Order: sequence, then structure tokens, then C-alpha cells
Amino acid sequence: MPDHVLKINNLKIEATAYPPGEAPRRVTIVDGVSLALEKGKVLGLIGESGAGKSTIGLSAMAYGRGGIELTGGEIHLNGREIRKAKGAVLRSLRGAEVTYVAQSAAAAFNPAKKLMEQVIEATISHGRASRQEAKERAIDLFRKLGLPEPETFGDRYPHQVSGGQLQRAMTAMALCPQPDLVIFDEPTTALDVTTQLGVLAAIKGAIRDLGVAALYITHDLAVVAQIADDIMVLRHGKTVEYGSTRQIITEPQQDYTRALVSVTAKEHAEKTSDQPPVLQVTGLSAEYRGMGRDVLSDINIAIQPGTTLAVVGESGSGKSTLARVITGLLPQKSGQVFFDGRELSRDLKGRSREDLRELQMIYQMADTAMNPRQTVGTIIGRPLQFYFGMKGAALRDRIVQLLDEIELGAGFMDRYPAELSGGQKQRVCIARALAAKPKLIICDEVTSALDPLVAEGILQLLYDLQQREQVSYMFITHDIATVKAIADSIAVMHLGKVVRYGQKSKVLSPPFDDYTEMLLRSVPEMRLGWMEEVAQV
Amino acid sequence: MKRLPLPTLIGLFITGLFLFTAIFAPLIAPFGVSEVVGDVWEPASAEHWLGTDNIGRDLLSRMIWGGQTTIFVAIAATVVSFVTGSVLGLFAAVVGGWLDQLMSRFVDLIMAIPTLIFALVVLSVMPVTIPVLILVMGLLDSTRVFRLSRAVASDIAVMEYVESARLRGEGRAWVIFREILPNALSPLVAEAGMRFIFMVLFVSTLSFLGLGVQPPAADWGGIVKENKDGIVYGIPAALLPAVAIAALAISVNLVADWVLDRTSSLKGGRNA
Amino acid sequence: MNSLVLKLLVQRIALGLLLIFLVSIMIFLGTQILPGDVAQSILGQTATPESLANLREELGLNVPPLERYLNWLGGVMHGDLGTSLTNGRDIGASIADRLGNTLFLAMWAAIISVPLAITLGLVSVLYRGRWPDKLISAVTLSAISVPEFMMSYILMYYVAVQLGWAPSVAMLNDRMSLLDKLHAISLPVAVLVMVVLAHMMRMTRAALLNVMQSAYIETAELKGLRRASVIWRHAFPNSIAPIVNVVMLNMAYLVVGVVVVEVVFVYPGMGQYLVDHVAKRDVPVVQACGLIFAAVYIFLNMFADIVSILANPRLRHPK
Repeated sequence: MPDHVLKINNLKIEATAYPPGEAPRRVTIVDGVSLALEKGKVLGLIGESGAGKSTIGLSAMAYGRGGIELTGGEIHLNGREIRKAKGAVLRSLRGAEVTYVAQSAAAAFNPAKKLMEQVIEATISHGRASRQEAKERAIDLFRKLGLPEPETFGDRYPHQVSGGQLQRAMTAMALCPQPDLVIFDEPTTALDVTTQLGVLAAIKGAIRDLGVAALYITHDLAVVAQIADDIMVLRHGKTVEYGSTRQIITEPQQDYTRALVSVTAKEHAEKTSDQPPVLQVTGLSAEYRGMGRDVLSDINIAIQPGTTLAVVGESGSGKSTLARVITGLLPQKSGQVFFDGRELSRDLKGRSREDLRELQMIYQMADTAMNPRQTVGTIIGRPLQFYFGMKGAALRDRIVQLLDEIELGAGFMDRYPAELSGGQKQRVCIARALAAKPKLIICDEVTSALDPLVAEGILQLLYDLQQREQVSYMFITHDIATVKAIADSIAVMHLGKVVRYGQKSKVLSPPFDDYTEMLLRSVPEMRLGWMEEVAQV
Repeated sequence: MKRLPLPTLIGLFITGLFLFTAIFAPLIAPFGVSEVVGDVWEPASAEHWLGTDNIGRDLLSRMIWGGQTTIFVAIAATVVSFVTGSVLGLFAAVVGGWLDQLMSRFVDLIMAIPTLIFALVVLSVMPVTIPVLILVMGLLDSTRVFRLSRAVASDIAVMEYVESARLRGEGRAWVIFREILPNALSPLVAEAGMRFIFMVLFVSTLSFLGLGVQPPAADWGGIVKENKDGIVYGIPAALLPAVAIAALAISVNLVADWVLDRTSSLKGGRNA
Repeated sequence: MNSLVLKLLVQRIALGLLLIFLVSIMIFLGTQILPGDVAQSILGQTATPESLANLREELGLNVPPLERYLNWLGGVMHGDLGTSLTNGRDIGASIADRLGNTLFLAMWAAIISVPLAITLGLVSVLYRGRWPDKLISAVTLSAISVPEFMMSYILMYYVAVQLGWAPSVAMLNDRMSLLDKLHAISLPVAVLVMVVLAHMMRMTRAALLNVMQSAYIETAELKGLRRASVIWRHAFPNSIAPIVNVVMLNMAYLVVGVVVVEVVFVYPGMGQYLVDHVAKRDVPVVQACGLIFAAVYIFLNMFADIVSILANPRLRHPK
């Protein structure tokens, strides 16, 4: 067994929770997890939020975040038990034999120090190389990871480089001491999809060249399929399935794994309509005050009744700004918005109650979209009172009916938002939009903050509602899989412009423009060898 | 109803005791406020539990009457400060624009002068009466409440549920009173406790300097002033108000902590 | 130093000067245009019409307010703070010595309290949630709950009267050696230190905790660095700006505290001078003292902002 870099047996991790106004209580975060990792291999840990995957990752450094305790089992690093090890022993391991790459490199770098200082710090403090050697190693790694001007890159401060570059620099920082094991904790989650591909390829190349073992933590099965030799699927702190990447992807044994593997595959047939559009935007430009340049320029799109337009783009493409202009929160600089044949006023004040009612909005973060001091009944009931003057039993009946439509039921009426799960909250927001009997709902990244299986449920609900109520959607997202699932037509946005627009079948088939091609190519696909194919091109 | 934690119970009990004594001072105090009943600085005895003061008045009675004045003035000034500060602060946050800028910059300007110094400047030309004291203290302190309530309300005003209400076409009253206020309440209530304590310290300091409550009326700061000469002879009468103020301050703090904790846990649902 | 930092510094200093100018207006307004007649309120209800007229003449109340303000401001700019109503002496001359004394007192309070507060803040962050932290926070909470003048008498009663370790009044004169002077002011300094320390330590603790909870501190811990070097190399450089801010904010307690403490210990400084003349309704003196106290406070805040501009890596090394 000496060639196991990391071996974990029956690990148990607990924490003390402090709910406000209640007595503290113990909660179990990880229970009975065992794994083994050989030299030079990559193990992927996958699961939704709360599955305990980051906690397990950090346990390989015998580290527990804020109040988390490693209470049971054994953790062997290079053959040594470290769960009960003393501080001095742990310090000699951390940053030397095992290193860590965090999700947000932007926060993980000290803003007051140059990158080079931070990248070589652990190497020098553990005496694994002289200062000069460490610097040469770092420059070598910068080059290997595809960072610009590797010789002088380290002279910059963290705020002077981009997010993707910081993530690469953090990888260099982890590899510089030549550790035996590196823990990657969602290293590409915060990046745009086109940036993610480059960073992922760079990480994979560097791991392979240096022959280190790695734990790769992510919620995205398609990503981990590209990089891992083995995969462990986790849920609620327990192992669901543990096997080789090929077996997990092609022959999943458990229902939960099967659901994860097939989650992105559902696609609906494209609908068309020859009725006049419910929303038409012509020649629209907009800017934020004091910015002096257009964040949107010359946008022309239309949505037919009962259909879905997906607006897809990366951060900074202007897709959310477009929603703000259409809703009247940000008056446009030029161009027109026509709704149901009539031109909408530029700002909110000039719009009639009918305009407002027929155009509803659902947000990405259901948490902040609902007043925490109002019950579900009040939240859904308010549009009914406000627009239709409903009260008493009629109001109550309609609320119950809406709750049934979103598959929650009358029991939820007196609950507060904080008592709901993420998916339930988003359903309540959908019901609130629906209560107004709108013609168009703008959905701004409504599934992005949700775990994949929950997101799938929300998409299905939206689709069913459209079939029943004939409502149109403008669906803003960065996720191509979502687009494929729900869109009838698509607008691809890049740097404030619509670069490609039309029916789904047309937009998603060649010939492509450069940007759309890159965007489509960058979306991880759930099959082995995908990254090698696209990274070669 | 959940059981209250012990520190809160102690806080409530002591705060309640102070309030009760203040309200029913005429019934509780054994002697009149300026009634001379004995010798100068008599030690504690069965008749005068805390002894007598610098001109032979019963100290326990002075403390009770003084507590009434101090607590009454502090409550009134807190109300002035709170009503002015929070109404203007919420208004500035919701209205925004140049009016908000103007109000905020004016508040910055007043806060550039330490409160006690500004109070002294103003009191040098105003007649020192209790209504004037309450107004001066309350208005100067309202700058702090303004800042807090404006900050809290602006944080809430950018939340998506407020945006959602605006998109629905709700009027300004609904936005302020139904969306923003319920969420701003708990930090504001906790702050009210802190402001009240600050007012107690403030009015005591002014009285001690001879610029607050004027004799023969009693108040805690004034009692220190009257009896301070006894200190050098080893007579601790002037230290009594310190004990009273510290006890009041700490117990109000305990209650304020509980209010903050309870209201923020309400956010987590009634049964959670 | 780059042009961006220079621009910000110039802006900040200009803002400070503007603020002092506006504060001078506020102080003037506060004493001159309040409801009621200043002369009446100075002399009381029993004043004769002649004495009222005389006082109005002396105060220049017959001249329009704007002109009065400009005269006053012009005088202040040339170092002429006016003359006292009560004793007819030049205010500038009376203040000079007293300002020195007040600064002497405040300086020693600051010299002792600032390093102590930072050290204690550090200790309570290092021992967060354990007994040293709890002890420090209980003691500082009680210190905050007692006003300065009461703290003064408590110390005076126990330390000066019962134990006899220090004088109960803080008299200074020119023949005293530095050591004698320090002994004379030991009690007022102790009170100021306790009050300022309590506030400053609590805020230092909060500021440090904020930094210690940053992700880059976790990165440093996961590099296997010793606790001391995590704090020294990673927490400290990022704590300078917040700590300087905390220190300067708390100088407000020093400015206010010094007024009260001087009165208690009969110390010949600005604070006592101000309070005496408020009681005598000597408006020119009150204006002059108020302006000086406010200016000192504004300068301290300006200094804090300048340090935090200089300590910000984003501004020192722009993209």
C-alpha cells in the first residue's frame, strides 16, 4: 500500500450549528466516506451543494473550516495518519506535501502582496527550494499554464490580472512546492464558460506533466469527466457511488447517478407561431450614466406568443441590461420596445398598470426576490389584490390554485421564505409572476443558482405552464444546455450586441460565426475525451 | 412563547425596576426632592439608607428623584432623535437624488463637530431649560439615527423584492411601509437601546458640567457635581450615580441584544 | 507616488479645508442666529434696556449677520480670535498655553492607549471565544457604560484618596520637571486611556476579525505557515488602513473626554476654559474653542483617510 498518496477510511465529520434563538446542536456533515488515491491519479468528488465534497477535500489537509471537526475514521497521507496529528506536524504537511486551489482565486490571494511572493512563499518556508530556484520554477509553471509574459507576470498585484489568470496563478502556487497531492476545490466554477475551457486544459496538462495526484471537487459532472480517473458521487455527506470515470459516465449503477448523467439531455421540440409578436425590440441602445459607452447597441429581437426566446451570453454581454431596459428600470438611449403592438414608455412611471401586469419578471436569486417578512400567501396574493382587487375567499382560493399549479399545495400558504428550499423558493416566485396573468415573463438566470436536478424540475414546470397558459418567456442564461432544453428561438449576445439570432434549429447549426462557435465548443459535454477534441482545434 | 434566556430576564427585570422607580418616584421616595433632613454627609443609617448629601438631603430620595429626571429626559431625547432621524433617513434612501445628497452632506457636516462640543456651543446662548436640553440633544443625535436608517434602508431598497414591488407598480407608501420598514426594524430597535444609553450619559455629563438640569431639581449628573467635594474627604456619595448608570446601561444592553436576536430569528420562520 | 494617488490626496485635503470652513459657518450660526436675543439670554430677564443696548453694541449685533461672520472669519484667518466678553483679554493669548496643556494631556493618553488597544485587540482575536477574549470584552463593556466624569471620581476616590498614589487635582506649572508633570496628570490620563481604550479595542477587534476571516488568510494557513507569520505577513498589511481608521475615529472620544476630564481634575487646559465660558455665556470664547476642537477632529479624520489611501494597493498600483 505505500504508493497510496491519500487513503481515507470511514471518515466522519461533524459541526456545531448555531441556529438563531435556539440551543446549539451537532450536525453530521460527512458520514462513513472511504477513498484511496494513487500517485499521479485524479479523483473527482461530485455532488450538489451540501453534499460535503469541499469538507472532504479539506480533510485531506486535516483542516476544518469554521467549527467543523473531523471526529472519526482515519486519514492517511503518504502512509501517515493525520486526523489526530498535532499542529506542528500539520504545518509541515500543508503547503508542502499537499496544497490547495480555492474556488475564488480573487479572494484567496492577498491583495497587498505581489503574485510572485505568494506563489513561492510555501516552497521557501518549507525549505523545498531556494528563493532563486522557486522563482525559476514559478516562471516555468506560469509558462506551462499559459499565462502572458511569464517572466514578469509575478511582479503584478492580484487586482491587476483577470479572473482566469488568477485561477491559473493559484494553480501555479499549488504546484510550485512540488507536492504529492493537490486539492482543486471548484477551480473553474466562477469562470465564464469560454474561460473555463482554457483553465481546465491548463490544469489537466500541468497535473499530467508533473505526475501529482489530485482531488478534483466540482458540481459539474461533465467537467469532472474530462479530468478525473475515478469519480465519487456524494449526497448528504454519504457516498452514493464510487468507480472509474468510464463506469460512472457510461454505466451508472445508482438512480441518483443516472439522473445526474442524463440531466442535460432533455430537449423539447421547437415551437413556431405566425401571430404578431408579443414583444418586439427595434434598434435599441442603452448606456449606464457616467460610463460614456453603450452597454447595448442596436438590439433587434422579437418574441412570438406562447414561445420562448433564449438570450444567451457570458458575463458582461449585456443580457441582464436588456431585461432592465425592457422592464423600464433603465430607460433606453434610443430605439423602441413594442409590447402587444403598443409602444412602451421608456421609464417605469410612464407605463400603465396593464403594461406592468402583462410583463412579469423572475430573478436568479429567489432568496432576495422575496420579502423575508412576508408569508408565501402574501407574496403570491399581493399581485391578485393589486391588479384584480381580489379579497376574502376568492383570493384564498386563487392562491391555493396557484400553489397547486407550482406543485407545492395549500400547506405552504403560511410559511416564510426562509422555511423553503432553493427550488421551492423559485417556484413561489414563478407563482407570483403567474398570478398577474402576464403575456410575457422575463426569466433572468432562474436556474443558475440551483443544483442540476432541481433546475431540471424548474425548467419542466416552466415548460408545462407555457403549454397550459400560452405565456411567452424571455429566458436569459449563460448555460447552453438550458437553452437547448427550453428555447424556440435564440439570441446570442456578446459585448452588448446580438451576434446571432433566429430559430433554435438555425442558430445551433453551422455555419457559425466565430463567437457562437467558440461558445458552443466550450460547453463541457458529458463524454470522455471531449476536452482533448476541442482543445486540439 | 419560548422561555427567555437568563441574561435577558435579568436585563428586563433591572430595566423594569428603574422605569417603575422613575414613574412612581413620588410614592417611593421617602423624602422630598429638596427637603433638608439631616446633617451634611451623614453616613448610611436605618433612616437614611444611603446617607445624606452635601447639604443634608436624603441621598436615596435624591437618587430616586434624580433617576426620574434623567430617565425622563433621556427617553424624550431618544424619541426626538429617533423620530427625526429615522423618518428623514428612510425618506432620503427611498427618494434618492439631489435631496438625499443634500441631506446626507448636511448630516456629514454636523457630525464633523464632536457632539458635546456642538452642544456646548449651542447651550452657551440658549436658556438651559429641560425642553431646550431635550431638543438640542435629540436633534444633534438624530444625525446618527439618520445615517443608520438611511444605510439600512438603502441596502434594502436595492433588494430584488423591492424592485419587484416597483415593477408591479406599487406606490411609495407600500414600498416604504410594507417592503422596507419591516426589514429595517430590528437593527433600528436595537439602536434605540444604544441611543437611550448614550442619552443617559450625555445628559449626566451636561448636568455635571453645570449646563444640564439646573438645581434644585435632582438628576444623576447633578448629584455627582454636588457631592464631588466629598471625594477628597473619603465620602463616596458622588459615586452612587455611577453605579446606577452602569446598571441601567448594562441591563438595557442585554434587552437590546435579545430584541435583535429574536427579530432576526423571526426571519428564519416562526416555527424554525 | 502616482498621479491617481496624488489626485486623491489633493482632493481629500481640499475637502478637509472646505469642511473646516463650513464648520466655522455652523458654529457661527449656532451662536448667533438662534431664536431669541443673544444679549437677552446672556444678561437674563432682569437686564436694563441700557445694558442690553451696550452689550448688543459690544457683540456687534447691530451689524448684519453676514458682515459679522465675515469679520469674525477674517480675524480668525489672521490669528485674531477676538476678545473675551467677561475679562476683556485677548482670546488667542489665553488659549495658547491652555492648548499646549490640553495637547500634552491628550498626547500621553494617545501614546498609551493606541498601542495598548491594538495589542489587546490582537490578543482577543488570537484567543477568540476563550477566556482572555471574554474577560477583555466584559471589562471594556463596563468601561463604556460609565461616563468619563464618573470614572474620574471612582479613580480619584480609590487611587488618590484611599491609596494616596496620585494627586487628586492635576496642577501644572513651568517649574515642574517632565516626571513631576506626568505624575500630576497620571489620573486624568488614566481615565482618558480607559475610555478611549475600551472603544478603540472593541473596534480594533472587529476590524481584525474581519481581515482574519478573509479567504487569503485561509490560503496562508493552508500553506502551513506559522500562526505568527500568517498574522504578520498576511493579516497585518491588510489591517493597517482599518486600524488607522479605528484609531482616528476614537480620537473623537479623546476630544470629548478631555473636556470633561479637565473639569474634574481642575486641569488648566482648553476644555475647562471652554466649559467655564459656556457657563458665563462668553460667546466669542466659545466660538473660538469650538472651532479649534472641531478643526483638530477634522484634521485627525483627514489624516486617517490619507493613510488608508496610501495603504491601498489598488490605488498604489493601478491596472
